Amino acid sequence: MRDLAEIFRGEAGRCTATLIRILGDIDLAEDAVAEAFAIAAERWPRTGVPPNPGGWLTTTARNRAVDRLRRESTRTERHLAALRLEPDGMRPDHDPELDALDAFVDVVPDDQLRLMFLCCHPALATDAQVALTLRLLGGLDTPEIAHAFLVSEPTLAQRIVRAKRKLRDNHAPYRVPHAPDLPDRLHAVLTAIYLIYTEGHTATTGDSLTRVDLAREAIRLARVLTELMPDEPEAVGLLALMLLSEARRPARTAPDGSMIRLADQDRTQWDRLLITEGHTLVRACLRRNRPGPFQIQAAIAAVHADAATAAATDWSQIVALYDQLVALRPDAVTALNRAVAVGELRGAAAGLDALDSLDVTLLEDYQPYHAARADLLARAGRGGATAAYDRAIALTANPTERRFLERQRDAAAERT
Amino acid sequence: MPRYLLSVWFDEPYDDDVDLSAPETRRQMAQTAELNAEMERAGAWVFVAGLRPAASATVVRAAGGDVSMTDGPYAETKEQMGGLWIIDAADLDDALGWAAKAAAACGRPIEVRPTHA
Repeated sequence: MRDLAEIFRGEAGRCTATLIRILGDIDLAEDAVAEAFAIAAERWPRTGVPPNPGGWLTTTARNRAVDRLRRESTRTERHLAALRLEPDGMRPDHDPELDALDAFVDVVPDDQLRLMFLCCHPALATDAQVALTLRLLGGLDTPEIAHAFLVSEPTLAQRIVRAKRKLRDNHAPYRVPHAPDLPDRLHAVLTAIYLIYTEGHTATTGDSLTRVDLAREAIRLARVLTELMPDEPEAVGLLALMLLSEARRPARTAPDGSMIRLADQDRTQWDRLLITEGHTLVRACLRRNRPGPFQIQAAIAAVHADAATAAATDWSQIVALYDQLVALRPDAVTALNRAVAVGELRGAAAGLDALDSLDVTLLEDYQPYHAARADLLARAGRGGATAAYDRAIALTANPTERRFLERQRDAAAERT
Repeated sequence: MPRYLLSVWFDEPYDDDVDLSAPETRRQMAQTAELNAEMERAGAWVFVAGLRPAASATVVRAAGGDVSMTDGPYAETKEQMGGLWIIDAADLDDALGWAAKAAAACGRPIEVRPTHA
């Protein structure tokens, strides 16, 4: 029998999404899904997993919710809610043979899409969007999410409660946004998924460099999204970007847990299957000729993946892609990454020139800026590298990354 | 239908000496009037008002049968609410759509707040 926890994890998002549509309430839906999972956990080890576990869980959750609302209803709002729930004359079934009801459950593929847009509603702060997405679509519980983001459980629980209350108090709609709003709204969803991924990729703090669970969950969410919106090249671009980054994960850390940067990684350890899939997706989305930031970043990752050695990297193509990205998204971080690529293509002095032309006021507290500047200064044989490394180290919360920067600083000091 | 408050915010205190003939002010007033008409046509408009400066406010308190009054606004903040709309909207996205138009029309940030019911 497949691991129940794994089945639940896979079905939780879809099941919750459909129940929210049926019940019109997030909390009721969550309770109903939890109840259905509890029944399944008790029953399936004896009876075996039904042929369509997702349908079974959704039907059971729905029936339990309707039963409960009926039981609790007097002449209250809940009574009205129970009446409103009646979809198309379907009666809740008290017969345990719920498998037969699978066909009745109106599973709309769009439900998960609606839920993604609801969780990432722009009226919510980004940290709330991310927490809600992991909770409702990822089926992660509050302690798991709190642990992943290293915030206390009460803080995270309050964040989720407030987000849900805000959506309800404001009558947030449960639908895929209309066409004029779609690009912005989709971008918010993609950004939230990417934040989940980057948090899993480089944990902000904590002793292990990568937190695999979040990275995997982000990739799973992006897969769901691309299945539901196959015509959105940015969604495909995001998936490709994450797969190509994930491919490097085995090579990112040494056996002692220390960080290995891209240039020094053993490329034979890169996951070829992920790279192949990422490449295919990059080509597919670029063919649509509707470039966007995630597609271009994926293309950059693909160029890196193409190089058998760091020295073989096609930096001119990478700089050209960064030029495109800067034109599309002229922010300081993108410009910083471009300057680093220029430093590889035309030498450290050229990289420093590119870096010095930036408006650094926005980058003053940004660790990668100081790390990149330190590296370029050291390579160009100029002074100030040690001070720049110190600044970067002071801004690093991740101990693994800090140790790496300290080694870099000491090596640079020895050379001068 | 859900009802929302759209409040108009000024970053700095303002007074009643605004020059109503200034081109920018006239343009904003015309745009706002146009938006009000659009809201009415769409059945969204409930109420609109521009507010006199916060300095003109009086706060009244009733405690144990005693009524007291203090001069000035309730909250002594630099930011001031300068006007408001009450609108009916189908849902939050609809309300935010009106808020976007309101912010563009009057050139100020708009706070969107749902009402009970």
